[in-house]
Amino acid sequence: MSAGPHASQRTPFQNPVIEWVDQRLPIFTMVNKEYGVFPTPKNFNYFWNFGAIAMFMLVTMIVTGITLAMHYAANTGIAFDSVERIMRDVNYGWLIRYIHMNGASFFFIAVYIHIFRGMYYGSYKAPRELLWIFGVVIFLLMMATAFMGYVLPWGQMSFWGATVITNLFSAIPVVGTSIVEWLWGGFSVDNPTLNRFFALHYLLPFVIVGVVFLHIWALHVTGSNNPSGIEPKTEKDTLPFHPYYTMKDSFGLVVFVAIYAAFVFFMPNALGHPDNYTPANPMVTPAHIVPEWYFLPFYAILRAINFDIGIPFTDIVFFEAKLGGVLAMFGSIAMVLIMPWLDKHPVRSARYRPKFRVALLVFVVSVLALGKIGGMPADAPLAHIGSFLLTTTHIAQILTLYYFAFFLVILPYLSKRERPLPMPESINDAVLQGQKSDQKSEKCCEA
Amino acid sequence: MTAGAMGAVAAGSVVWPFINQMNPAADTKALSTTEVDVASVAEGQAITVMWRGKPVFIRHRTPKEIAESKEVDVSLLRDKQTDEQRFKTKPEWLVVIGVCTHLGCVPLGQKTGEMRGDYNGWFCPCHGSAYDTSGRIRKGPAPKNLEVPMYSFISDTVIRIG
Ligand code: HEM
Ligand code: FES
Repeated sequence: MSAGPHASQRTPFQNPVIEWVDQRLPIFTMVNKEYGVFPTPKNFNYFWNFGAIAMFMLVTMIVTGITLAMHYAANTGIAFDSVERIMRDVNYGWLIRYIHMNGASFFFIAVYIHIFRGMYYGSYKAPRELLWIFGVVIFLLMMATAFMGYVLPWGQMSFWGATVITNLFSAIPVVGTSIVEWLWGGFSVDNPTLNRFFALHYLLPFVIVGVVFLHIWALHVTGSNNPSGIEPKTEKDTLPFHPYYTMKDSFGLVVFVAIYAAFVFFMPNALGHPDNYTPANPMVTPAHIVPEWYFLPFYAILRAINFDIGIPFTDIVFFEAKLGGVLAMFGSIAMVLIMPWLDKHPVRSARYRPKFRVALLVFVVSVLALGKIGGMPADAPLAHIGSFLLTTTHIAQILTLYYFAFFLVILPYLSKRERPLPMPESINDAVLQGQKSDQKSEKCCEA
Repeated sequence: MTAGAMGAVAAGSVVWPFINQMNPAADTKALSTTEVDVASVAEGQAITVMWRGKPVFIRHRTPKEIAESKEVDVSLLRDKQTDEQRFKTKPEWLVVIGVCTHLGCVPLGQKTGEMRGDYNGWFCPCHGSAYDTSGRIRKGPAPKNLEVPMYSFISDTVIRIG
């Protein structure tokens, strides 16, 4: 048995059953290598928990989704009622649905924090660009999945959300209308649309599993980044993944799940919209359509472009407002995708880049503010400044401008100009430095 | 070279059915005419009927509304159409698809008392597009006038849409 190509790299296991399997398929060796002794930087903070948390959420969504699918009917005549039946009659149906519904929100919370972590500590930089790209692909697939899932209960927001978002594609010149009818399978959002959305909503999470696998594979080639942004050099810089990070991840997960459970049990509809408990009606649009909260910043960017882009004072228009808005919205995610090539500064972590850090934090605030504006009606008056009426749209335009300026102007500029703070030699030194400064501050305060 | 080209044709012909299956099916396309009797719709009133899963607005316009629509300077419009291009034979009957050309919401203004926007036609609550009494876009993000469906008068008061 020991003559195979992998045999030489294996250390035998004590347990005869495990050893028997491992000789034939070295899966235990692999798990031990990647999750047991895997050398991991020793200075992770709690931001490093969110990858594991996102993974947990993906599994949760798949388990609750498949069980919901056992009772759900993807037909416009009965979809809404089948979801109500899940809520009232199916044993624990209410629980499974609330776990799934709030799970989508908490999945996005975990992933947004995970993305922020990557931006703050420069995890997108060489050699982790591909790892970053897989991450953005997962994010796009998640958005598609969540969007189609929200259509399934066939409430008013389901229907009108689907209508508005699919109509985005009608902005494409010449072929726009054909594309939209192709997406719909008809002349409006209707039964064929619901059916295909269900098929895809079932499929895409498994595609996500596939891309997550690539994401983690790439991670285990480059190794993890860490809060100092310095690559580990010696054994002093790392710890074995187990038990150190299995424990830290478990602890973080318990805290996260406790908050998630509080929502599921005590305020299951806090993150949703009441209009979705009204059955879909193609003849009446609700007064104020909003997407799920996790899409609001992008929705605000979409609405911010309410002007044609062309040569002023002539009839020449390059992009109609509608197409401009769509391009800006997709462009805002494309920015994240190409971030490794916009920021070429040699220092990774924002800890040692004070200017980048300020710019990034302002960016985060502007994304949150865009989310706030995205949930408000367009053109809602906010204040009078002299004779000028300030509306939500103006604020959205300013914030959108900063969003793009951050990527296209600030990052390339700082790449060349920013002088970093003095860097420690290694992760070990970074940790010790941190301790010393803690001691110093203690002394100062005792005196 | 040739083998590659043949391969591409073969792959294309296999893929096409899987793409085209998503287009509207024969029965979906077949559901495409609706007949409406508008005799009971008084001047100034409007009704909404369903056609291909979409609302169609039929408005019985007042002489004042028709006059307003005619007076507009067409060269100033975003989607330049005269009022004559917006109705068929009878100016008092305006028939348009009740779907905002921005992102597809149903504009308000059909029922009495509903908001009709700055131009007294329809107002889309989603992102604030305003249409005039000819269904033409006058304000807001929508790029086009409300679409006029294919329709004809099969008698003095019966309209066939589609
Ligand atoms: C990436 C993972 C997933 C996300 C982000 C997601 C998201 C969503 C969302 C937002 C809803 C609407 C909840 C509501 O308002 O009622 C939904 C519904 C639904 N999802 Fe998922 N889902 C995921 C995975 C799955 C999987 C793997 C299945 C398996 C078939 C599934 C089956 C369903 C069903 C049947 C519904 C309709 C019942 C309902 O509305 O509660 N989902 N999903
Ligand atoms: S859909 Fe009517 S203004 Fe956007």
